[in-house]
Amino acid sequence: MTSALTLTQVSKSYGGRDADPAVRGVSLDVSPGELLTVIGPSGCGKSTLLRLVAGLERPDAGRIEIEGRAVAGDGAWRPPEGRRVGLVFQDHALFPHLTVARNVAFGLDRLPRKERAARVAQALERVGLAHVADRHPHELSGGEQQRVALARALAPGPAVVLLDEPFSSLDENLRAKVRTDTLALLRESGSAAILVTHDQTEALALGDRVAVMRDGVLEQVAEPATVYEEPVNRFVATFMGEADFLPAHVHDALLTSEIGVVSTVPGWGGTDLDVEVMLRPHEVALEVDPDATSRVVAVEYHGAFVLHTVRLGSGATLRSWQQHGVRHPAGTPVAVSVVPGARPVLLSGEVALSAPPEAARRL
Amino acid sequence: MPGPVRRRRAALLAVTAGVLAASTAGCGLFGSEEEADLQVYSARHYDLEAAFEEFTDETGISVEFLYGDDAELLERLKAEGDDSPADVFITVDAGMLWNAAEQGVLQPIDSPDLDQAVPEDLRDPDGHWYGLAMRARTIVYDPDAVDPAEFDTEDTYAGLGDPKWRGRLCMRDETASYTQSLVASLIDLHGRDRALEIVRGWVENDVQIMSNDVELLETIDAGGCEVGISNHYYLARLLEDDEDFGVAPFWASQDGAGTHVNISGAGIVESADNSEDAQALLEWLATDGQSAFVDANHELPVNPDVEPEPLVASFGEFERMPVDAAAYGSLNADAVALLDEAGYR
Amino acid sequence: MSTLPVDAAAPRARVRRFVLGSGRPAWSALVALVALVVASPVLSVASSALARAGSPDLPSGVGAMVATTLLLMLGVGVGTLALGAGLAWLVTAYEFPLRGVLSWLLVLPLAMPAYILGFVFLSFLDYAGPAQTALRGVLGDDLGPLPVRSLGGAIVVLTLTLYPYVYLMARAAFLELAPTAYDAARTLGADRGRAFRKVLLPLARPSLAAGLALVMMETLTDFATVQYFNVRTVSVGVYLAWKGSYRVDSAVALASLVLLFAVAVLAGERLLRGGARYAQRGGRGRGLERRPLSGARAALATTTGLVVLAAAFALPVVQLVSWAVAGLRRDPGRVLDERFADHLSNSVSVAAIVAVACVLLSLGMAHALRLGGGRLVRGAAQLTTFGYAVPGAVVGIGVLGVFAGADTLLEAIGVEGGTGLLATGSVIGILYAYVVRFTAPAYQAVDASFSRIPAPLTLSALSLGARPTRVLTRVHLPLVRPGVAVATILVLIDAVKELPLVLLLRPFGFTTLSVWVYELASENFWEEAALPSLLIVTVAVGPVAFLFRQVKLVDVNSRVG
Repeated sequence: MTSALTLTQVSKSYGGRDADPAVRGVSLDVSPGELLTVIGPSGCGKSTLLRLVAGLERPDAGRIEIEGRAVAGDGAWRPPEGRRVGLVFQDHALFPHLTVARNVAFGLDRLPRKERAARVAQALERVGLAHVADRHPHELSGGEQQRVALARALAPGPAVVLLDEPFSSLDENLRAKVRTDTLALLRESGSAAILVTHDQTEALALGDRVAVMRDGVLEQVAEPATVYEEPVNRFVATFMGEADFLPAHVHDALLTSEIGVVSTVPGWGGTDLDVEVMLRPHEVALEVDPDATSRVVAVEYHGAFVLHTVRLGSGATLRSWQQHGVRHPAGTPVAVSVVPGARPVLLSGEVALSAPPEAARRL
Repeated sequence: MPGPVRRRRAALLAVTAGVLAASTAGCGLFGSEEEADLQVYSARHYDLEAAFEEFTDETGISVEFLYGDDAELLERLKAEGDDSPADVFITVDAGMLWNAAEQGVLQPIDSPDLDQAVPEDLRDPDGHWYGLAMRARTIVYDPDAVDPAEFDTEDTYAGLGDPKWRGRLCMRDETASYTQSLVASLIDLHGRDRALEIVRGWVENDVQIMSNDVELLETIDAGGCEVGISNHYYLARLLEDDEDFGVAPFWASQDGAGTHVNISGAGIVESADNSEDAQALLEWLATDGQSAFVDANHELPVNPDVEPEPLVASFGEFERMPVDAAAYGSLNADAVALLDEAGYR
Repeated sequence: MSTLPVDAAAPRARVRRFVLGSGRPAWSALVALVALVVASPVLSVASSALARAGSPDLPSGVGAMVATTLLLMLGVGVGTLALGAGLAWLVTAYEFPLRGVLSWLLVLPLAMPAYILGFVFLSFLDYAGPAQTALRGVLGDDLGPLPVRSLGGAIVVLTLTLYPYVYLMARAAFLELAPTAYDAARTLGADRGRAFRKVLLPLARPSLAAGLALVMMETLTDFATVQYFNVRTVSVGVYLAWKGSYRVDSAVALASLVLLFAVAVLAGERLLRGGARYAQRGGRGRGLERRPLSGARAALATTTGLVVLAAAFALPVVQLVSWAVAGLRRDPGRVLDERFADHLSNSVSVAAIVAVACVLLSLGMAHALRLGGGRLVRGAAQLTTFGYAVPGAVVGIGVLGVFAGADTLLEAIGVEGGTGLLATGSVIGILYAYVVRFTAPAYQAVDASFSRIPAPLTLSALSLGARPTRVLTRVHLPLVRPGVAVATILVLIDAVKELPLVLLLRPFGFTTLSVWVYELASENFWEEAALPSLLIVTVAVGPVAFLFRQVKLVDVNSRVG
C-alpha cells in the first residue's frame, strides 16, 4: 500500500543566506488513515512543515509525495489547489463573507450543484452544525468555528488533512470535548492527518505516532509510549513530560545513584560507566523517614495527584507524584526511592543510551 | 523610546515650519493691505496689467486687480456688500453688465467724456456701466473649401442652416457664454420660434461641437470642417503666430442686421470708496487707454475715434448688430433653454 | 477623578446617551460642532434656495442630465474598479519586468488635475491633434472626425485620472487582508484566480467601496472634464443654470440634486461595506506570493502597466513639456514670470495648512466615534463628507453666504463692522472652504485605519486609566499613522490641484498655481499655461511618491508578519 504522504530530505529556509533553515532534511512517511502529531517548541518549524505539505511554501530541497505522486521536488510542483490536502488553521480562517454552508461548499465547486448541497449537508451533519448552515462565521462560538473549519477541510475528501494547532484558541473546558470529536471525525474520514501542537498531552493522546521537532529537525518519530518512555535524547525526554536528572553509575548492570540502587539494567553486564538517569515524577516513591537527608520543599495540589518536590542531600531536586490524599508538608524528611519495575532512561551527555557504549565495556 | 518621540518632534517641527512659511508667504496670508488706490474685480485678464501700468504712469493712480469668473465675482460682490474692497467691476459680457446693474452692485456715474466716447448701445442709459472693448462673433471658413459667395449675406448665421452646409460646420459648445449671447441676440432679433428654427438648422446639419475657439479654428485649418463661428480675435491671434494659417474671416449679415458683437465693459461698484479715481480709470480706458486696453488682444475699440490695430483692421470694416444688453441679459437663460430644446450639444 | 452622585447623574446620562451616544460628551460635542461648521456652507446654499419664493424649478432637460450623470458614474465606476483593482492585482500577484517601479508609478496620475488632463487629451485627440492627424496619414484624408468629444471620451479621461484612488485602496487591501483566508482558499482547491475572485475581492470590498466613493464624488463634482467632452451632467447643469441666468440661486435646485447623488453614493458605500465584520486580519499566513510571469505574458503585463501610465501620465506630461518648450522658444518673457515663486509658495502653504487641519479634524471625529458615539455623532461625522460631493464653486458661494450671515448676526448684536472682510480679505475663507471640501478624503483614510484597531485595545487603554486625550495621542495616533499619512497626502494633492474655491475666495494679490493656469488656459494660451501646469504636477508628485512609500511599508510589513 502506498503511503498517504512521504517527505524525503525536505529543507526550507527563509530570509538571507545566514538564516537558519526553518525545516532541515526532514524525512517522514504517513500511512493512509494514520494520525501523526507533530510537537515542538514555538519556532521549531512545525507550521512550516505543514505549509510545505499544503503547497503554501516551496521546499528548497527534497521531495514531497502525496499518495505516491510527487507534488514538490525534483522539478515537480503542484499548487495547493491540486494536492488533495485539507488544512485547518489555528485561527480557523473561515471566510467571513460567506455563510457556514458556503464556507463548506467552497472546496466542492467541481461537483454538480445537487451533489454539492448533499455533501455540505452531510459534512455539517457530521460535525453537528446543520442548524447553523445559514449563519456567518462571526455569529458562531469558537468551538463551532473550529468544527466548521474541520468540516470545510474534510468535505472535499482530502488525502491528507493538516491541522495547525486547531484547539489552541479554544477554552480549556471546551478543548477536551472538541478534541475527542475531532479525533472521531478524522478516524471516520479515513484521511491521513498531521496535527501540529505544542501540548504534549494532546500529542500523546491523539497521535498514532508522535513526531518531536526542534530547530527544523525531527528528533524522534515514534508511537506515543515510545516517545515518552524511550526518548532518544534529553530534549525529547524533557519536552514530552516532567523529567529530573541525577548523576548515576552503572556497574555490572546495576544502576546506582545518590538515592541508592535505582534499578538493574539488563544487557549492561560487564559495563562500568558514569551516566545520568532520568526520573519522571511517577517513578519516584517517597516515604517519611525522620533520619532522611532529603526534605520536601514544595507541594502542589493537582486534584487527583499531588506533586511533591524533594531536595536531596546533594542539593539536586526530584519530583514525585503522590496519590490524592497523601500530602507531606514542606520540610518533611523523606526517603526517596524508585518505584519497582521502572526502567529509567540513561543518558550520556545529551544522548539517551539504549545499549552500553563499546568503550565502557570491561572485558 | 527615542524613535517615536523624535519622530513626533520632527512632525511638530514640520507643521510649525509649514505654518510659518505660510504666514510669511507672499502677501500675508491673514489679511492683506489695500496697497493700491484702486481695486478692480475683473473677469478679463488679458494684458490688463500693461494697460493699468500705463494708466498709473499717466495719472499717478495705482491699480490692483483680481481676476475671476464674472458670474462668481458678481456673487462675491453681493456677499461682501459694503465691506467689498472693489471699486471697479470689469466683465466680459454685456448681459452680465446689465445683470450687475439690475442686482444693484453698480452705481451710476455722470461722465460726459464717457458718454461721448462710448456709443449709445454700448453703455447703460443711466451710466451704471460702459462698454470698453468689442469683439465680433462672426463666420470663419476654410478658403480652400468654401467660396464666400456661398454665404447668405443677409442673415449669415441663419444661412448656415441651409442643407448645403451639412457636415461642414463647427461651432462652440452650449456652455460657452459666446454661444449663449449669440443665440440671445437671435431671439431678440427674430423672436423665439425663428431662433429655434435657426439653431435646429445647425443641428440638422450635423454641426460639430468644439470646447474652445482655438480648437475650432485649428480643426478648420486641419480640414476637419469648413465653416465655423468664432470670436474674431482668436483668428487674429492664430494669424499673428502663423500668417499661412488656413482660415479666413467673413463678416456676417452685412446686408442685414450686421455682425453679432459683444462687449467687455466696466462699472463702478456701489460700495466703492474711491469713485473719483474709478471714474478717471473708466474715462481713460474709453479714450486715451483704448489701444492699450484692446490692441494686444486684437479686440475692437468701442470708441469710434480710435483705430483698431492693423491685423484686425485688415479684416476690413463691417456693420455690427446693435448691442441690446438688456436683451442679452434677460434672454440668456432662454437661450440656454432653447439650445437644449434644439438638441444643440 | 471625582465621581458624580448616582442619582444626579442618571437622568443627565439618559439625555446624553440619547443625543450623543455613550461616548465622552466633550468629544461627541466636538464632532457635532465640526459637522455644523463644515456642513453650514452647503446648508446655507440649500436654505437660500428654499428662501426663494416658491420651489425653484428644475430646468428642462434635467431628466437627460440625471441619466447622463448616472451613465458617467457607471462608466467611471466600472472603469476605475477594473483598472484600479486589476492593476493592483497584477502588481501584487505577479512578478514581471518593471513591476517594482510600475507599482508606484501607477499612482502618479493622481498628480494630474483632471482639467489639465482634459485639455491635453482633447488637443491630442481632436481632429487637428497628432492622433487623428497620424491616423489620417495612414488611412487617408477621407477619414472623418472621430467622436472623441463624447460620453465615452469623458469616461476614459476620468477613469485615467481617478483610478489611482481604487488602485491604492485595493493594493493595500490585497496585501494586508487576512492572508490565512487566502491560504485556506488555496488548500480548498481554489486556484489563484478563484481565490482572488471569491475570497480576496469580497474581503477587499470595504476598501474598494471607500475608494470608489471618492471616485464617484470626484466624478459628480467634475466640471472641467465633462465640459471639455461635451457631456452634460447635473454639475454642468448647475453651471449652465447659474452662468446662463447670472443668478446663483437658479442653480441651487440642481446643486441639491448633486447632493442627492452624493447621499446615494455614500449610502451605496455603506451598503457595499455591508454589515459583515471583516476586521479579521493577520494570522500567520504569508498570503499572496508573486508568481513570476515569463515570455509573452510578462511582456503583456509590463506593456499593460506602461500603456496605462503613458496614457494617464507620461504622454500628457510630454505634451505639456513640448508646449512649454514651444512657448519658451517663442517668447520667454511671457512664459516666465517673476511671481512664480509666490504662486508656488501660496499653493504649497495653503495646501499644507489645510491638510493638517483636515487630518486633525478627522482624527478627532474618528477618535470620538471610537470612544462611543451615538447615532447622532455618527450621522454628524457622515455629514462632514458631503462637501466633497458639492461642486467647488457652490461650496465657495456657500462660504460667502456663511460669512455674510455671520456678519449680519454680529452687526445685529452690536459688533461694529461684523466679520468685516474676513472671508475674502484674507485666506481664512479659502482655508475654511478647503476644509469643507476636503475633510471627506481625510476622514475616509483615517476612518479606514481606525477600523483596523481592535475595539478591546481602546477599552484596555481606557481601563488602564488613560484619559481620552492620552488614548488618542499614545494609542490611537501611533496605530493609525499610515492612515494619517495617506489622509495628509490625499488632501495635499487635492488642495494643490483645487481651482474654483481659490478663484472665488482669494484676496487681492493671492494667486496660486492653479489660478495661474486657469488665467492662461481660459484664454486658450496653452503654451503659456503648460509650465505652471507642469509645476502643479511636480508639486503633487512629491506627496504621491510619499504615499506610495506608505503602501510599500504595508507591503514589507505583510511579508514579514
